[in-house]
Amino acid sequence: MSEQVPLVDYLVLGDAPHLEANECTACGARFFGRRNACASCSGTSFAKASIATEGEVKAFTIVAFAAPGVDVPFVAALVDCDGTSVGGNLVNVEPDPEHVHLGMKVQLVTTSVGTDSAGTEAIGFGFQPVD
Amino acid sequence: MASDDIWILGIIMTKFGKHADKDVLDLAAEAAMGALADGGVTMKDMGVLAAGSLMNANASFGQQLQKQIGQTGIPVYNVANACATGATALRTAIMAVKAGECDMGLAVGVEKLSGAGLLSGGARSGDSDTYEPKGRQGAVVPLDGRIGTEIMPGVFAQIGMEYGHKYGGTSFELFARISEKNHSHSTLNPFAAYTKKMSLEQIMGDVMIAYPNTRPMCSANCDGAAAAVVVSDTKLKTLSLEQQRRALKVSASILTSDPYDEGCQVLPNVNTLTRNAAIQAYEQAGVSPDDLDLVELHDCFATAELVHYDNLMLCPEGGAVDFFESGATWRDGSTPVNVSGGLESKGHPIAATGIANIWEVATHLRGEAGDRQIEGAKVGLAHVIGLGSACGVHILEKAAV
Repeated sequence: MSEQVPLVDYLVLGDAPHLEANECTACGARFFGRRNACASCSGTSFAKASIATEGEVKAFTIVAFAAPGVDVPFVAALVDCDGTSVGGNLVNVEPDPEHVHLGMKVQLVTTSVGTDSAGTEAIGFGFQPVD
Repeated sequence: MASDDIWILGIIMTKFGKHADKDVLDLAAEAAMGALADGGVTMKDMGVLAAGSLMNANASFGQQLQKQIGQTGIPVYNVANACATGATALRTAIMAVKAGECDMGLAVGVEKLSGAGLLSGGARSGDSDTYEPKGRQGAVVPLDGRIGTEIMPGVFAQIGMEYGHKYGGTSFELFARISEKNHSHSTLNPFAAYTKKMSLEQIMGDVMIAYPNTRPMCSANCDGAAAAVVVSDTKLKTLSLEQQRRALKVSASILTSDPYDEGCQVLPNVNTLTRNAAIQAYEQAGVSPDDLDLVELHDCFATAELVHYDNLMLCPEGGAVDFFESGATWRDGSTPVNVSGGLESKGHPIAATGIANIWEVATHLRGEAGDRQIEGAKVGLAHVIGLGSACGVHILEKAAV
């Protein structure tokens, strides 16, 4: 079996894939990615926080026109995962306004992004509708 | 008795649109010399120059301009603040005069963008042969289109949709009707890049860029420049009665950045910094939203205009949809918004925008707006947002002379 790497370092793979934020130990603000300090309170101590894998779409757009190499159409969304805002694409849903709506319940799933020359597969994430 | 008020003495915008035969210096020089002439002054009277051209941000653009219109040795501030660059240049000149360093200053903003496509997320590099984590999020390949979108029409689409999720009442058609208003307004503005009326059907049936924003619901890339001369109250009182009569009082000049809010580093929050700027501006000017005779706000996309009705407190919180539905923001409504046609139709040459919208307000207050004049206008507000983010709000009042 070939090796896998996450698309971004805040995606944790394994049996229960989920996102992991850097949470400020002083004020609780959550960030994705490497930090110098907290944008909310300027604190410098962070702990890893697992993000809920189910959430609600609080904003979306269906991108029909993008840079060469970006497959369109696709749905970009802002998902409220139990109080933490997460950006990602909606997947396994028709990218049209009849099938995507504000307030829809979604859950995190992993997706295959591609395989590099060494045979390593990159695994990304998206959100699919909860039946 | 002199006060510490600051006045706009001269102000102008070039026609927005395609200027194939002019470069950025031609356009900036036209605006700068136009603003000086409008104010009845010359480069020799200026004590400071603040200049912005976002596509030439590392080119000492202000000094290049001086080399065309007057190298007087005054300090130059080259400013860059995304789409708020023009307002930032103006505010820089205002601060210099207010600080007492000089009694007159010139601010210029210019851009050549005709034919430009998407201005961000517009070029994605290819995937590398071997996956190696890069950047602050350890991305192994470019993320645009894989984790959301980087294109502005998509970012601002989500900002409008987020408002809809919070308060309800939004739809593709509602956003398109905001665009219909601005395209209709532009038919009276000879300075606009596009002056054709567009029907709701045309707008909704046009090329979809990022739902719910179709092409005419996006700001129009074009060429243009705008410039303003500011003067201290003391100096103004030494000038002619005609200069004093046409001067506009800068009742408020505010610049804010985005304070931390949950999620603001995932989807930019353009709301809080705008509301903060508006609160400070109304306080500084001693006016309320009800006093405004016209508003030029940053409709970079139709979805953005809606949220700024609320952010600028033109309506009760959560009431932007009802406010628009009431007809308030059409030119014959209670708070005309973007009677110039806005960024969607007048156009958006980025660094020029933050001065051009102030020119629009100034021109109405002077009673010189021709066919699109808002009769009897005495107080107006101009707003810009530069994503990242910066928000400029200026309130102008007609001279009492």
